[in-house]
Amino acid sequence: MSRAEPAVRPPKEGPRARRPLWTLGLFRSELTTTFRRWRTLALLAVLAAVPVLIGIAVKIETSGGSPSGGGGREGGGAGPAFLTQITNNGLFLVFAALAATLPVFLPMAVGVVAGDAVAGEANAGTLRYLLVAPAGRTRLLLAKYASTLVFCLVATLVVAVSALVTGALLFPLGEVTTISGTRIGFGDGLLRAVLIAAVVAASLAGLAAIGLFVSTLTNSGIAAMAATVGLLITVQILDTIPQLDAIHPYLFPHYWLSFADLLREPVYWDEVLDNLGLQTLYAAVFGSAAWARFTTKDITA
Amino acid sequence: MAPNDSAQTTEGRDFAAGRRKAARYIVPVAVAGVAAATIGLVPALADSGDPDLPKISAQQLIEKIAASDTQQLSGTVKINTDLGIPSLGGMAGSLMPKGETGGDGSSADPQAKLMELASGTHTLRVAADGPDKQRVSILGNAAEYSLIHNAGEVWAYDSASNEAFHAEAPADAKDSGKREKLPEGVPTTPKELAEEALKAADDTTSVTVDGTAQVAGRDAYQLLIKPKQSGSTIGSIRVAVDAENGVPLKFTLTPSSGGKAAIDAGFTKVDFAKPSADTFRFSPPKGAKVTEADELKAHEKDFKKGFDKDFKGHDDLKDFEGLNVIGNGWTTVAEISSPGGEAGFKAPEKGDVPPEAAEFMDALGDKVSGEFGSGTVFKTRLVNALMTDDGKVYVGAVTEEALVQAANAAK
Repeated sequence: MSRAEPAVRPPKEGPRARRPLWTLGLFRSELTTTFRRWRTLALLAVLAAVPVLIGIAVKIETSGGSPSGGGGREGGGAGPAFLTQITNNGLFLVFAALAATLPVFLPMAVGVVAGDAVAGEANAGTLRYLLVAPAGRTRLLLAKYASTLVFCLVATLVVAVSALVTGALLFPLGEVTTISGTRIGFGDGLLRAVLIAAVVAASLAGLAAIGLFVSTLTNSGIAAMAATVGLLITVQILDTIPQLDAIHPYLFPHYWLSFADLLREPVYWDEVLDNLGLQTLYAAVFGSAAWARFTTKDITA
Repeated sequence: MAPNDSAQTTEGRDFAAGRRKAARYIVPVAVAGVAAATIGLVPALADSGDPDLPKISAQQLIEKIAASDTQQLSGTVKINTDLGIPSLGGMAGSLMPKGETGGDGSSADPQAKLMELASGTHTLRVAADGPDKQRVSILGNAAEYSLIHNAGEVWAYDSASNEAFHAEAPADAKDSGKREKLPEGVPTTPKELAEEALKAADDTTSVTVDGTAQVAGRDAYQLLIKPKQSGSTIGSIRVAVDAENGVPLKFTLTPSSGGKAAIDAGFTKVDFAKPSADTFRFSPPKGAKVTEADELKAHEKDFKKGFDKDFKGHDDLKDFEGLNVIGNGWTTVAEISSPGGEAGFKAPEKGDVPPEAAEFMDALGDKVSGEFGSGTVFKTRLVNALMTDDGKVYVGAVTEEALVQAANAAK
C-alpha cells in the first residue's frame, strides 16, 4: 500500500506559499498511511477486545451471587488494580482495562508502529521517494513522531471507550468511589477517566521516541519493531529487580501505573508529574538522537 | 595531478561532513547531560541552604514541642524503614499475635495493615483537625489504605480489596480514639515518633540541638538524641522540629553500625491550614465488605477458644514467666525464659531436626558461647536476640557483645 503512497504525498499547494500547511499535509498523509494499514487496525482491534474480555470474565465470575470482594484475603490484592470495583461501577472497567493493557499491550502496539515508522519505509523502498519531496528530513521525522503520538492517543482511547461501553452494558454506573474511600459524582468520575486516558497516552511518548530512534538505525522494519519491544521488556524486567533500586526512577515505565493516583482524593500529583517529566526527557533525548541519526544517514533504500 | 587533487578534496569534504554528522549527536548527548546535571544538582543546591535561625537550647526546643498546640495539619509523609529484616509485608500475619488479628479477619483490619509499615518505603497522607478528626492514608500501588477517625467513629478502608472496617471509639477515649487503634510501637506521624523517642530521655541520654534544616519547605531545628551508654545498636535519633510552631517534621533513627538510617520518617509536604471537612467524611462504598469491630472480636473469641483447645497440651505456655528486664536505659535487655525449659524455647538440637532445617537455623543466626553456655544470635539492624541452648531468649536493641554480657550476668 505504501508503494502507492508517494504519488499522494506531495501536497497540492506549493512549498513556498504555505509553509505551516506543508508540514500539516505531510503529517496528514503520514496519519492516513499509519491508520490505513491492516496491521494498525488489527492492533487496535486487539486492544478493543481486552476490556470486553475482562468485563465478560468479571461478569461471569460474579454472576453466581458471590460478593465482589471475591477470594477474601488472598483475592484482595491479586490481579490488575481496580478489578474488585468493577461490579459496583462499570466506570472502573476503564481504569482496570488501562491498568491491564498499559504494561504490555499498549506499549507493544506503540513499539510496532514507532519501530516501523522509518525502517518500514526503508524496507519497502519508499523512503527515498518520501525524501524527494522538498519537505526535509527534520520535518518528515517530526511528522512521523507526531503521527506515532496520535496513535498512542488513539490506542488509549480505543481501550478506554471500549471499556466504557462494555462497563456500561454489563455493570451499573453511578457515583464513583475514589481509592481514598470518598465519593465523587459520575460526571466528575468520567472527567477523571478522560484525564487518566490522556496521562496514559502521554506515558507512551517516551517509548514512541525510543522506537523512532531505533527505527532510524536499521533498514529492516521487523528488526526495529523487535528491538523496541525487546527493549521495553528488558527495561520492565529491570524495573522489577529490587537490587537496582537506584536506577528505577529513571526507567521510562517506572511511573506508568501512577495514573491511578489521579483517582485519589485529593489527587496525588507527585508521581504523575514525575512520569510526565520523565516521558518528556526520554522524548527529548531519543527524539534528538533520532534526528541526529536520520538527518545524517545515507538513504540507500 | 588532477585525479589526486580531486581525491584529496573528496577526502576533505568527507571529513568535514563526518564532523558535521558527529556534531548533530552532541544534541541528544547534551540534552541527556543537562537532565542528569539537573537531577544531580538541584536537590544538592536546594539542600545547601540550611536556614539561619536564632540559637536555642535543647530544653527550650523540647518545651516548644510540648507546647505545640497545632491541631490542624495535612501533608504527605514518607517513611523509609530498613530494619535489616526481610520484607515484613508477607510475614506480618505470622508475626502478629494470633489472637489479635483473628484467623481470617478483614484485610481492612488496621493492626494487620499497619505492620506493613515496618519495612520498605511508604508514602502516607495525614490530616488532622482537632482531637476528634484524623485521617491517615497509606498510598499503595493503585490502591490506598485509609484510616479515618471522625468524632467517635473509626473507619478503615482498603481500596485494593474493597473492604472496610468499622469501630466505635469509646466515648471516654474520644480524643485518643485513633491512637488506640494503632498497635503499640508503630507510630505513624513524626510527632508520635518524637514522643516515643523523648520518653527514653533521662540521664542515660544526651539531647542536643544540632543545627537547622529545611524539611518540607519549612525551617526546622534539629534535635539530636544520642545514647550515652555503649552497647546500644541505636546510634542516634534526629528530630527536625518546625521552628515556628514546634511540630516535629522529620524523624531519623541511625543504627550505631552506621549506614543508611533504619527509620526515616518525615513530611515531604505539610500544610497547617484546616483540612476540608470532606477529608474526614467516610461512608462505606457500595459493594464494600464491611467488618464491624464487634464481629471481629466475637470471631477472635471463637478463635481463641479453638486456639486454647488445640494447645491444651502445651501447659508450659501457661506458666510462661514472661519478661525479665535486665539493665536500664538504652541497653535494656529482656530475658524471656520458660521454666519448663525443655519444651519451650529450646533451640533445636542437631539430632532431632532434619539437617537441612538445622543448616537453615545456623544460616539465620551466628553461634556464640560464653559463661552462660552457648546459643545462637539472630541479628537485625536494630534488635538482636540471643537464644541460648538451654531455652532462654535475650532480646534488646543492643549489640551482640552486650547480649552475651547480659546472658553471662544473668547466669
